[in-house]
Amino acid sequence: MNVALEARHLTKRFGDVVANSGVNMRVERGTVHGLVGENGAGKSTLMNMVFGLYQPDDGEILLDGKTVHFSGPQEAIDMGLGMVHQHFKLVEPFTVLENVILGIEDAPLLGDAVSKARTKLEALEKSYGLEVNMDTPVEDLSVGERQRVEILKALYREAQILILDEPTGVLTPQETESLFEIIAKLRDEGKTILLITHKLGEIMAITNNVSVMRGGKVVAERVTSETSADELAELMVGRAVTKEVGKTVVKASEAILVVDGLCANDDTMHKALKGVSFAVRSGEILGIAGVSGNGQSELVEVITGMRAATAGEVFFDGVLTASSDDFLKADALRALGLGHVAEDRLKFGMVSDMSAAENSILGHQKDARYHKHGLLNPRLITEHCDDLMQKYDVRPPLSQLPVGGFSGGNQQKLAIGREVENNPKLLIVGQPTRGVDIGAIAFIHDRLVALRNAGCAILLVSSELEELMALADRLIVMCDGVVSGEGLPAKLSEKDIGLMMAGHKTPEHSGNVGGRVS
Amino acid sequence: MEAFFFDIVLLLDSSIRLVGPLILAALAGLFAERSGVVDISLEGKMLGAAFAAAAAAAVTGSAWVGLGAGILTSIALALLHGFVSITHRGEQIVSGMAINIVVAGLAPVLANSWFHLNGQTPLLDESQRFTSITLPGVEVMSNVPVVGTLYVEVISGHNLLTYVAIALVPLSAWVLYKTRFGLRLRAVGENPSAVDTAGISVIWLRYQAMIVAGVLCGVAGTSLSTALGAGFIRDMSAGKGFLALAAMIFGRWMPVPTLLACLLFAFSDALQGRLQGVELPVVGVISVQFIMMLPYVVTVIALAGFVGHIRPPAASGKPFVRSR
Repeated sequence: MNVALEARHLTKRFGDVVANSGVNMRVERGTVHGLVGENGAGKSTLMNMVFGLYQPDDGEILLDGKTVHFSGPQEAIDMGLGMVHQHFKLVEPFTVLENVILGIEDAPLLGDAVSKARTKLEALEKSYGLEVNMDTPVEDLSVGERQRVEILKALYREAQILILDEPTGVLTPQETESLFEIIAKLRDEGKTILLITHKLGEIMAITNNVSVMRGGKVVAERVTSETSADELAELMVGRAVTKEVGKTVVKASEAILVVDGLCANDDTMHKALKGVSFAVRSGEILGIAGVSGNGQSELVEVITGMRAATAGEVFFDGVLTASSDDFLKADALRALGLGHVAEDRLKFGMVSDMSAAENSILGHQKDARYHKHGLLNPRLITEHCDDLMQKYDVRPPLSQLPVGGFSGGNQQKLAIGREVENNPKLLIVGQPTRGVDIGAIAFIHDRLVALRNAGCAILLVSSELEELMALADRLIVMCDGVVSGEGLPAKLSEKDIGLMMAGHKTPEHSGNVGGRVS
Repeated sequence: MEAFFFDIVLLLDSSIRLVGPLILAALAGLFAERSGVVDISLEGKMLGAAFAAAAAAAVTGSAWVGLGAGILTSIALALLHGFVSITHRGEQIVSGMAINIVVAGLAPVLANSWFHLNGQTPLLDESQRFTSITLPGVEVMSNVPVVGTLYVEVISGHNLLTYVAIALVPLSAWVLYKTRFGLRLRAVGENPSAVDTAGISVIWLRYQAMIVAGVLCGVAGTSLSTALGAGFIRDMSAGKGFLALAAMIFGRWMPVPTLLACLLFAFSDALQGRLQGVELPVVGVISVQFIMMLPYVVTVIALAGFVGHIRPPAASGKPFVRSR
């Protein structure tokens, strides 16, 4: 086996936290090697050491069988490593060309360097099918195109080993497909690709070998063709994972939320919603799919009383709650029975530095059950929180720990618990499993389905198609501030939805399943 | 009509005279913010340089030694600001304000203890200052109507530092947009982690920007005390550092528009000088206090009304931390 990259006993500590402990990994040249693991398993730490951003406390890194020490990314780049970070490292106002040459401009003056780079870049774009206009500012590019720029950056630096960190998180299925074509092409050209992801489907689709990380260690190495997604999931979590959700048939009833022709602006006063209409009935989960940033956040904010509408109306439980004239604020809506689990939980849902107990009553702090003699009573609050933590399996069950000290999954369980326990008629959930580990995902999904079975309406906004397909009774897709398609999950393929996410019309065969309630 | 034309010519002449330190400080702020460091200590650096330049010129008798001392003092203050905000990721506004306050107090104290002139430096004579330069061709041009008058009265007859200041505008634009240093500087102010992962030192780049800002403020301060004035006077920068910041924002962090903004502010400053005690049609004589407000009112209106949607460098004011 021709090993391009090898990690031996790599260890990295941050204070008391051991992020990587004795990690071993071998990556064969000319292959796509997958690295899977849950959030916090140590994947990014490992890759950052390989790329020279962190120095290991122990162990060594070998390239082509020779030990290397990188004191910074420049040395890693010089040795033929390239990395496409999860959060792109691009300068937005710069053109594609400027972004590519940044750091390797050749000469103190740009003139010659730029024209030389243009020729070289043109050749690269052609040979790998990475077409993107060189003179467009990066801020005008789509996410998929930006990713190509990152790959071009690495190739321009003559990378032989390309590390892709969670590359598909923000892509539509079509963009993902074309990324995989590019990866395959790179591999055929002899490049080595390290693909970091938590999506097992992608691992199965494109990799040759896969390493599984858990708790800072590589717990298994497999040849992809000899393993299965189920086995990998079990290895990642350390126990068997059940995926089925037990939906019961609930008699469809009246619409609890009606959104009609809704328009709104985003923070920069650009139109984010351009006439959105739909309805949610009690006892159903309506999923909203779409690439992040197509108006979903603004939609949720208008419905939950955090943003003004510029046109259109929102009715909740028969009450006009938002129009271009006025809207009910979050507290009034909460009183009407609207629960909200915000997509950015530490920005809208919780206060990171406050304890779990305090967070467990946020928004309901005026409720008499937490008061005694007209004052908030710490004992009552703590009891409430302990109760919540037990019911929702929040770990560790320490009600006085600041919320920022919990993992994403446990924060989310607490947030969902808080909202669900107040018996909402409608629960709006944004990205319920973002930054949440697999074990907690299953738990959260179960809870949402149970709530639905009990007759609550749920509006579920997610950028994870798999999640929507599993949970939603009905699906609408948003693109560029409008509903670009709708259908029943069972009748739609990922491809259909992908097309709708990219703004194409609803495919014919899915039929119209009635966005409005007649 | 002739008198009016001459009034305008005089106004333009004093605008150019006043714009020198303003544009130098604005360019200093521009380089600092383009690198991602907010610098409200332009005022303090200018004042420090003005004092050091005047003191050194008075002691050595050379304006050039004064210039050197001014620049070195300003660089030292810039590095201090860099040490706080780049190395220690401190609060940049606080650091900048601290420098302004320290210099405002320290300069007169030092002046008093060295020269015993009530917080001022000795009056500099012609040989110790940057005096006005008559450009070639003035004699020929003085016979040409309008254009000739403009050349003789407005363009010619300023001190060396004013010409340097204006020449630095296209030079700065060239550095920013046509050189490797400029590309990296703009990049580090927008997204330092892009620069970091490209293998360039964010820290060193920002320190370089601090040094450039130091040099520019040094020249600005020197021109205050050894070119426009003849010695250091307490608080002689009189808010020009802040006016320069406003001009930089009005000029959207670009050299040439920043020059235009500086000219606008300098013109309104010159105008208030001319209008003092002058009887105006309809309103009559306006009291001096209101007239003196003019440059600041123009600044406020410019920033509040005409800037529109501005976009500062995205990483401006944010210390760089390599994320985990």
